Amino acid sequence: MSLFLIVALPFLGALLPGLMNQAGRQACFTATFLVTLLATLGLATHVPAVMAGEVITAKLDWLPGLGMNVNLFLDPLGLMFAGLILVIGLLIIAYARAYLSRKDNMGEFFTYLLLFQGAMVGIVLSDNVLMLLVFWELTSLSSFLLIGYWKHLPEGRQGARMALAVTGMGGLALIGGMLLLGRIVGSYDLTVILENRDVIQASPLYLPALILILLGAFTKSAQFPFHFWLPHAMAAPTPVSAYLHSATMVKAGLFLMARLWPVLSGSDWWFWIVTTAGLTTMVLGAVIALFKNDLKALLAFSTVSHLGLITFLLGTGSGYAAMAAVFHILNHASFKAALFMTAGIVDHEAHTRDITRLGGLRKLMPITFGIATIAALSMAGIPLLNGFLSKEMMLEEAAHTKIFGSYWLVPVAATVGALFSAAYSFRYIVHTFLGEGPKDAPSKPHDPPMGMWISPALLIVPVVLIGIMPFLAEPFVKTVTYAVIGGAVEMPDAHLKIWHGLTPALYMSIIAVLGGALLLSLFAPLARGWAAAPRPEAKDIFDGIVAFFVGLARGITLGLHNGAFTRYAAIFTVTVTGLGLHAWMTGTGAAPTREMLPITINALAAWAMLVAAAGMIVFVHRNRLAVLILMGIVGLFVSVGFNYFSAPDLALTQISVEVVTIILLLLALNFLPNRTPKESGVGRRLRDGVIALLGGLAVFGLIYSMLMTDFVQPSISQYHLDNSYKGGGGDNVVNVILVDFRGFDTFGEIIVLGIAAIVIYALTEALLSSPVRAQLLNRGYESRRAGDAHPLMMVVLTRVMMPIVLMVGVYIFLRGHNEPGGGFIAGLVVAIGVVMQYMASGFAWADARQRYPYHGIIGAGVLVAGLTGIGAWFFGAPFLSSAFGYFRIPPMQEFELATAMGFDLGVFLAVVGAVMLSLESFSRLGRRQGDKPSEYAMDIDPSRDEEKEG
Amino acid sequence: MELLVASAVGILTAAGIYMVLRLRTFPVIIGVSLLTYAVNIFLFASGRLATDMPPILRDGVDAYTDPLPQALVLTAIVISFGMTAVVVIIALGAWLSCSDDYVDDPELHSGQQAADPNPRGGSFR
Repeated sequence: MSLFLIVALPFLGALLPGLMNQAGRQACFTATFLVTLLATLGLATHVPAVMAGEVITAKLDWLPGLGMNVNLFLDPLGLMFAGLILVIGLLIIAYARAYLSRKDNMGEFFTYLLLFQGAMVGIVLSDNVLMLLVFWELTSLSSFLLIGYWKHLPEGRQGARMALAVTGMGGLALIGGMLLLGRIVGSYDLTVILENRDVIQASPLYLPALILILLGAFTKSAQFPFHFWLPHAMAAPTPVSAYLHSATMVKAGLFLMARLWPVLSGSDWWFWIVTTAGLTTMVLGAVIALFKNDLKALLAFSTVSHLGLITFLLGTGSGYAAMAAVFHILNHASFKAALFMTAGIVDHEAHTRDITRLGGLRKLMPITFGIATIAALSMAGIPLLNGFLSKEMMLEEAAHTKIFGSYWLVPVAATVGALFSAAYSFRYIVHTFLGEGPKDAPSKPHDPPMGMWISPALLIVPVVLIGIMPFLAEPFVKTVTYAVIGGAVEMPDAHLKIWHGLTPALYMSIIAVLGGALLLSLFAPLARGWAAAPRPEAKDIFDGIVAFFVGLARGITLGLHNGAFTRYAAIFTVTVTGLGLHAWMTGTGAAPTREMLPITINALAAWAMLVAAAGMIVFVHRNRLAVLILMGIVGLFVSVGFNYFSAPDLALTQISVEVVTIILLLLALNFLPNRTPKESGVGRRLRDGVIALLGGLAVFGLIYSMLMTDFVQPSISQYHLDNSYKGGGGDNVVNVILVDFRGFDTFGEIIVLGIAAIVIYALTEALLSSPVRAQLLNRGYESRRAGDAHPLMMVVLTRVMMPIVLMVGVYIFLRGHNEPGGGFIAGLVVAIGVVMQYMASGFAWADARQRYPYHGIIGAGVLVAGLTGIGAWFFGAPFLSSAFGYFRIPPMQEFELATAMGFDLGVFLAVVGAVMLSLESFSRLGRRQGDKPSEYAMDIDPSRDEEKEG
Repeated sequence: MELLVASAVGILTAAGIYMVLRLRTFPVIIGVSLLTYAVNIFLFASGRLATDMPPILRDGVDAYTDPLPQALVLTAIVISFGMTAVVVIIALGAWLSCSDDYVDDPELHSGQQAADPNPRGGSFR
């Protein structure tokens, strides 16, 4: 099976349980199980080749420019982890089927579980480190969902949040580390990175990369001082604890260290950091585990301790230790997952996990007792079980490890760790299953149905089998070790054996087991001492740190964004101006390279008008009507300016937009107060004035220096000038750019314009279907009303002008390709002509004579423009390619027809529709109670009166 | 001439910022419109200033001003109308349905309103 499919299967399969939720629990389970089984079988097809030394790869270019390729590879290390993930996954799925109660949403659970499974398989098969990072984050997210699966439990939510915070932060660090690594090597492919040990270790970036990567690995694998999240993650359902927090996810950190072992290990830094962290975690975890009364908490800390053990082995940097690490990863996965499942069974049956309330379960639950005992003894390191073999190898390695110049520090620490490990393992058996009891269990427990104990029972098989016949595992362990070492050090020639002779490790092992038993016999006084001893509570520290940062973030955010728009507009202006000033002071401003154009007297006059109008706005702004007049003046002179500086199209557009904008604002002012009240004090106005002047000054400086220097690099405009006629068939380059070169932009923009108009229409509708409607209909009149709201002079004038305006519109439209004009301007001109009719004879009169809805006109415009663009497809050209030709129909002159004209027609229609729909919506608000569509165009009509009289 | 254009844009910006910092919706909308003028001229000016060189191709003429900023600004002018209209209808909706035309969070003004007998600057009759 393709590696792509193996990774994709869980993700695709994740859809199934969610969809099958209605089909029942069995259907959910079956779908999940089959998907995982299929992926497992797919993986199995590669086993012979991989064990024969072949590396299976699958490559797909995705974003080669970013170094982001979907490359997968399967080597023995990947095979071991993928196998663990999928096989234990199968057992967990079977166990979860029996474990979850009817109240639990099984589809949701299995969907999360498959997402997690896919992410894990993705991590271990990724060849590209960037992709590995994506999968890494996915495991953090999916584990967040799984830990918090019981949403009603506060511990579940808190534990999930803590796990996400810690592993997520580690993930961020890891991203940094991996990017550094990729930068050192110049490739993001793991297979390439792994071949560049010397380059990486010689690089000055080695240490930062190492620290960042280890942060990622340590947080994921719960190494001291990041170990505290793992026990809190135990609020998850037990299948999750067994799967994520013993067998797979927490081993992702170990996987990463093993994967990068050939290039990162061997340096002093690696040795000190990894070995120290591992040893500390091992001892600390083991000591805390002994005193935990919650079965799952005990197992959680024991997991922390064992992860520390493996980390320590990876840290020492010898081939023998690597082999021990690989072996222990396998062994730990089997006995610890089994132990978690037995804890879950006890919890499920006795309804408590509190060890002090249990005891004597051996008679009530013999099967569970048998499984738990074998697994726990393996964890304690008792001979003939697999835990003994790898722990013995660890002690052997510890006996030969020298740290901080001391020969005895490591062996002693390792022995203490092993001793406590034996003690808590014994306690798990003795206090739960032996003795009298159960002391205080809420319900009388018994063995669960087979569906629940079969999974741990199956996991026990390798525990015993490998424990008695270690040579069975040896070829596989050696192959994986070879892949881990990657040629960085020599392959160890040791063998997996039960009896190594009278080695120091054997004595340490004996001390550990006997000492462990002794500790347990002294448990009661020790536990009292432990309870009395002051200890830092990791959760409180974590919560304190989180609270500090939340407070900090809240303080900053509320300081800037307290809900006052004016406040952050001011802060924004000052900040941007400040940044600009900083750039101005520190950058190298270009000296003026252009000559200033001479100032003419006309230009000076226009400038004075513009500046005066803009200035006046500030001073008379409370009188809103006056502001609109001044705005009109500003707009007029802006368009005059455009015309003066060789932009006739802009001038035409600006002036017509100006007209519709002012009409729009007048309509709005019909409802809004006519005056702005005086509210700001002198201090505030002064402050705003200073900010405004600073901003204005900054913009002045920026634009002035821009205007006085030439382009930094040649503009692409020359291309447009050269090809406007040749390629677009038009002389008006601006129009050709709009409808041809950048037609796609324009297409988007008319759509935006149409959407804006429809938004206005929708908001008006919403207003008119709310209580506001009654308020509007019944409102009084602002002031004395005009005698004739629709005066004769205006009606006659607009009526006379309408055909002229339309003709001008058509003219502007048709000449647009070669002379100033075009669809935008023509649309605005025509819209103004129509608006004039509304103004002259009233909304109701005009509306009754309006045949086509404006939405339709917008739609038609977009459609026409789009169809013109699509037309190009029929000639094998891309969307919006244009064609043109010259025609002659006697007796007319020769004229040009271009497909761009069809496009421009679409622009025209969309602009007319959008402008009219906006203005019409505003007008509709103006209706009053008792208004009825007048049948006459004007209020006073002499000809009408004559008719009546006559 | 560059000095005139630059100073005009600066003054439009300053007036726009001042108006944007007012407390009611209408002046803020006017302020944004003034800033729109400023930004449009700024964009247009990025093609540098030239007189009597419109980008309309003519035989025998080979000096034209930069057409590209003009095309960009042309659509910007039209779109800015659409955006102004949307903001105006939102402001109008707030005023009509809540009689509130403050741009700031109303809670920040609760004290101020109590002191002012006619807090809304004229009411909706």
